[in-house]
Amino acid sequence: MLTPGRRDSGSLRVMTSTTSSLSGDAPLLNGPRDVPQPRVWRRKGVGRWADPLFATLAALCGVLVLLVLAYMVISTTTTALPVFKSQGISFVTSSTWDPSNGQFGALAFIYGTIMTSLIALIIGLPLSLGVALFVTDYCPKRLRGPLTYAVDLLAAVPSVVYGLWGVFVLLPLFLQPVSDFLAKYLGFLPFFKGPASGLSYFGAGIILAIMITPIITALAREIISTVPTADRQAAYALGATRWEMIRAAVLPRSRAGIVGAAMLGLGRALGETIAVALLVGSVAKVDASMLHPGYSMAAVIANTFSEATGEHIQALVGIGVVLFVMTIIINMAARAIVWRFNRT
Amino acid sequence: MTPKTEASVEMSANAPSTHSQRWTGAKLEPGIALRDLRPAKRRVWRNRRNAILIGLATVLVLIPVGMILTYIAVKGFQYMNLEFLTHSQPFSMRKVGGGFLNGLIGTALMVGIAAAVSVPLGVLGAVYLVEYGKKNWLAMLIRFFADVMTGVPSIFVGLFVYTALVVHYGFGALMGAAALAIIMMPIVVRSTEEMLKLVPVELKDASYALGAPKWKTVTKVIIPSALPGISTGVMLAIARAAGETAPLILTALGSLQLTAKLWNSPISALPLAILEGARNPFGAGQGRAWAGALELIIIVLVLTVVARVISSRSRLTR
Repeated sequence: MLTPGRRDSGSLRVMTSTTSSLSGDAPLLNGPRDVPQPRVWRRKGVGRWADPLFATLAALCGVLVLLVLAYMVISTTTTALPVFKSQGISFVTSSTWDPSNGQFGALAFIYGTIMTSLIALIIGLPLSLGVALFVTDYCPKRLRGPLTYAVDLLAAVPSVVYGLWGVFVLLPLFLQPVSDFLAKYLGFLPFFKGPASGLSYFGAGIILAIMITPIITALAREIISTVPTADRQAAYALGATRWEMIRAAVLPRSRAGIVGAAMLGLGRALGETIAVALLVGSVAKVDASMLHPGYSMAAVIANTFSEATGEHIQALVGIGVVLFVMTIIINMAARAIVWRFNRT
Repeated sequence: MTPKTEASVEMSANAPSTHSQRWTGAKLEPGIALRDLRPAKRRVWRNRRNAILIGLATVLVLIPVGMILTYIAVKGFQYMNLEFLTHSQPFSMRKVGGGFLNGLIGTALMVGIAAAVSVPLGVLGAVYLVEYGKKNWLAMLIRFFADVMTGVPSIFVGLFVYTALVVHYGFGALMGAAALAIIMMPIVVRSTEEMLKLVPVELKDASYALGAPKWKTVTKVIIPSALPGISTGVMLAIARAAGETAPLILTALGSLQLTAKLWNSPISALPLAILEGARNPFGAGQGRAWAGALELIIIVLVLTVVARVISSRSRLTR
């Protein structure tokens, strides 16, 4: 049964566009009448709507991602708007955080977030590159799988487990002695001024470094393994040592990807909450010494949200908005860099 | 060393370094063989030093892997027992005994709801990207912002759910699930998209040639043949959601009681219970935190390993 004059849709559009002027009883224009036409080509009844319905549904699900993201921005920003208005620019330039007196300057938290993330990146990036190079260019083939697996295990460990391990194992075993050592012998530098506290920017930075290393390693490994074998062999053929081969063939080829990977790792470090909240020391102060306790944006939200009321909650949401903007900028820049270098 | 080689070392240090000179470490001059030059030694030495540094970096990274896993296993099994798995937390952190059943139920409930919502939506969204949107502006926009969304700090997702839902409906499992679903959805979209792209064109063409409409081709041919890959992505997303703590602080809040109420009643989750244990000064609570960490890490690792096995068995990715 052919349905007269109705347009079909989806994959059948090519067919129907040539026959759309047909009415049920008219002879087919495209062929002799007695050739049987496959009936499935024109669906009848409810099934007619299945295809456009499915297409719309799929499109809606795709658009949902955009809507949720937009709603996230709108909802949080409108909640925080009163605080942004009452504090003005001092919300990000003042470090006086006094909820009971209605003073909300988040500079100490912003500073702490950037400080801990940079420490993490400075320590984590060379280590990640080392592991990625070891896996791709140095280790015997048999080791490659297990090593990759072991590092990926680190990526699967939840943040709260890092926090627990950091507080009860890393702190007494490593952070406290190393901090004391640094304060004792490098204490004349403002960065390492004592008295050293294990719970500090440094402690949070170390645990963040451990957390972002697997992320950067995984990305860097993938990028490095895309360097063509011909390039490596060409470098060897010119008499390069293994390291020279890496300098001349591998690193220039993968520089863009590594920069992107590092920035994605940085974005991850900026937003990391629980492990930092447990290890950063929770003192809202801008402090040049990384051995002193500090605070971070995500940590202050997690630590004080349950006690907060009214304007304090709005201010914490405001910190969240600032953090969101920071991570979005880093993430977008990372993708833009990768995109630009990939083209050249 | 002959004076001649000394001179060439001198020269290579002072002369403007050309590209070839940088990589060979020597100025190539007729009559001097490369192996006679002192810089060759330096090249070998640098090569060795960097090999050692790279090996050292690997060892340095493997130490925390080993330490975390051993400590979780040793301390966890020390406090893990049948009672831990089948009882809720006692009302005091000082009290020995009890377990994280409340957290386990809460995590299962919230991750389950989140997966039930985000997986179909995410898979359909990926279908749109691969089969309908392809390279048009909307699809590119969705791709870009899905990537951006995977980088959004999870605590910000928690803040959003707080401002949008919790202020109206109170803390509860549904709010926690909403936050986890938002975290999972972009991961599902992007990983499913990669898998759907791998489905051979011939397979789709065959389906169309048999007269199947597009929706049927998608649901009966494309999705089933990409299913192993899709489930890998889904399991990794679930593993990620199960370990999330920060958004749950703002949405589920945590509770000592065993509850299955969906809204207006704070609910616990494994990560929340571990966090409380890690923060308290009493040994009993800390012990439970270690056992909880073991429980959580086993769940997450099992999901991750199963995801890997599925993906390595998959026809499409092999």
